[in-house]
Amino acid sequence: MQILSSILFIALTVAGFGLFAINAKKIYRNIKLGQPVNCTDRYSERIKNMLLVAFGQKKMFTRPVPALLHFAIYAAFMITQIELIEIFIDGIFGTHRIFKEPLGGFYTFMISLIEVLSVAALTATIFFLSRRNLLKLPRLNMKELLGWPKKDANLILIMEIVLVLCIFTMNGTDEALYNMGKSHFEGQGSFNFAISQFIGPAVFGSLSEGTLHILERIGWWGHFIMVLTFLNYLYFSKHLHILLAFPNTFFANLNPLGQFNNLESVTNEVKLMMDPNADPFAAPAPDENAVPSKFGASDVMDLNQVQLLNAYSCTECGRCTSVCPANITGKKLSPRLIMMKTRDRLEEVGKNIDTNKGTFVEDGKTLLNDYITPEELWACTTCNACVEECPIEISPLSIIMDMRRFLVMEQSAAPMELNTMMTNIENNSAPWQYSQMDRLNWKDEN
Amino acid sequence: MSESLVVPTMAEMMARGEQPEVLFWVGCSGSFDDRAKKITKAFVRILNRANVKFAVLGTEEGCTGDPAKRAGNEFLFQMQAMMNIQVFDGYEVKKIVTACPHCFNTIKNEYPDLGGTYEVVHHTQFLKSLLDEGRLTIEGGQFKGKRITFHDPCYLGRANKVYEAPRELIQKLDAELVEMKRSRANGLCCGAGGAQMFKEPEKGNKDINMERTEEALDSNPNIIAAGCPFCNTMLTDGVKFNHKEGEVKVMDVAELIANAQDL
Repeated sequence: MQILSSILFIALTVAGFGLFAINAKKIYRNIKLGQPVNCTDRYSERIKNMLLVAFGQKKMFTRPVPALLHFAIYAAFMITQIELIEIFIDGIFGTHRIFKEPLGGFYTFMISLIEVLSVAALTATIFFLSRRNLLKLPRLNMKELLGWPKKDANLILIMEIVLVLCIFTMNGTDEALYNMGKSHFEGQGSFNFAISQFIGPAVFGSLSEGTLHILERIGWWGHFIMVLTFLNYLYFSKHLHILLAFPNTFFANLNPLGQFNNLESVTNEVKLMMDPNADPFAAPAPDENAVPSKFGASDVMDLNQVQLLNAYSCTECGRCTSVCPANITGKKLSPRLIMMKTRDRLEEVGKNIDTNKGTFVEDGKTLLNDYITPEELWACTTCNACVEECPIEISPLSIIMDMRRFLVMEQSAAPMELNTMMTNIENNSAPWQYSQMDRLNWKDEN
Repeated sequence: MSESLVVPTMAEMMARGEQPEVLFWVGCSGSFDDRAKKITKAFVRILNRANVKFAVLGTEEGCTGDPAKRAGNEFLFQMQAMMNIQVFDGYEVKKIVTACPHCFNTIKNEYPDLGGTYEVVHHTQFLKSLLDEGRLTIEGGQFKGKRITFHDPCYLGRANKVYEAPRELIQKLDAELVEMKRSRANGLCCGAGGAQMFKEPEKGNKDINMERTEEALDSNPNIIAAGCPFCNTMLTDGVKFNHKEGEVKVMDVAELIANAQDL
């Protein structure tokens, strides 16, 4: 019986982690479809940024109440991983609370900490559920979330509740059994865990030994299976941020927000244009593998790898959209939707590659137009409010800019007034039609 | 207008064999827009009063390329940038001050990559440093006790984290600095950034400058202070639309200081 249970445990573990690895590889491959980008410089600054923003959740705390509740879930999640190590050892070797003997008082402290944090997490989860579904917080109830995104968010919260209930069923019943001296842990007494020492006798105290043993196993296996389910659910969900927030903040932009990148391909052309010694007829060295460079982005493959990582990391919290001046005033643009659509398109491209044995077959669609419309792109004021707001430093703005670049430099599809503005700059070095020779006239005007 | 403006150009200075301590980058708005020209002149009057040895490029100045870049035209931006860098380098420019946060951001952050690295400051930062060095004194004058709210320009605030310099200057006027609901890093855009200044907004249910102006008016100010010619235009329009132009003025921080000294 014990062997059967160990085999089942190992089989589930291998299947769970194996499946996750397959999907994680897909995510990695999809991100790698993007353009390479240099973001491994300034290593120590990046580490510091990751520790502060992802590990320390610094940016969450601009809104203290949700930040504290979110932190409770986060802390509970992190600390529970320690208990998970014990579950793995117990599961494989058929032991029971293997760490209790050797760790002694520290074990009681750790499990108590997990229990206290779990209660905090449960409270937070219930608050988040009611904020989403009863209080109808605007940014969490926008039209763009109808369907899967809304269901996804609720499912995650419900899974968290189930997980916490499993933990208390497991510890509570074990406490009740230990009180009777019937626990798989030798001896009789109380585990003295902060919460379950009360829940145990109060909730489960009246049950028979047999029922308790069954419930204890349900809690234990439930906890373990929920962890595996959750792990594999991530791939299909917006919840990947619990893993990707870390690389996402590591690779985040460290420059001032106002600094937009200068396209290198353009720099070379402009330098050539402005160099009086350049020979315009000199034939460039023939390179058979050279791909004609494309300016800006019309599809996910034109975006860089950090932008694609951004898309997978987005939790759809909508803080960006809630501060976007265009969105606030009723324009079609929503920075959150830019990220969601980028991910949707990237997933579609990934599936295309899967079904076509490793190569992408043209599907007649692009991120531009089929997912994101020029109307959305042109509504942006580049004010950086969305970037400033994002708790994990995603930049919807950089995607908007790259797509504008495609519209303007590849398609000459700028709104008419902007074409006029650009023509003026070209002709007379000002966005309006004033002669450059008149630039100092203000000095003598009254 | 107590005295005429002294505005030497870089070319004149070079002919005299002199080097200014700072180049004043006027920008397209500051050169051509009627409202912004007043800001330019106010700033020059302060520079003259503080005996700052500055110069402008005059007819050798040309758009930094900011609106072209934000509109997506990287070619045009880089052409403008490289032309300007050649001019800067020809005059061996080290330090640049400008009253336009868009020019400020572009020259400071986007030119170095293209070979032009300079010390670039916004005019509020420059005025603050004049004050700190004792070269300029500010008294409240007509603004004493007035309620003044400051609108953070996106390209000064969020983009470059300059929040304090303009506020400290306003407080020196013995004025009551009142904050809008959304300020500093949470400041709401005036609606002009990202080349929106030059086009009609997309379809929506409100204009962004109305949203921002209403918020500014909610703080019951006598004056809405700005640090950007574009924000100034957007907010001035908003105030007019609300029929408040009689009670509430939109003014640049440089104008506040110049007016307080009766310059």
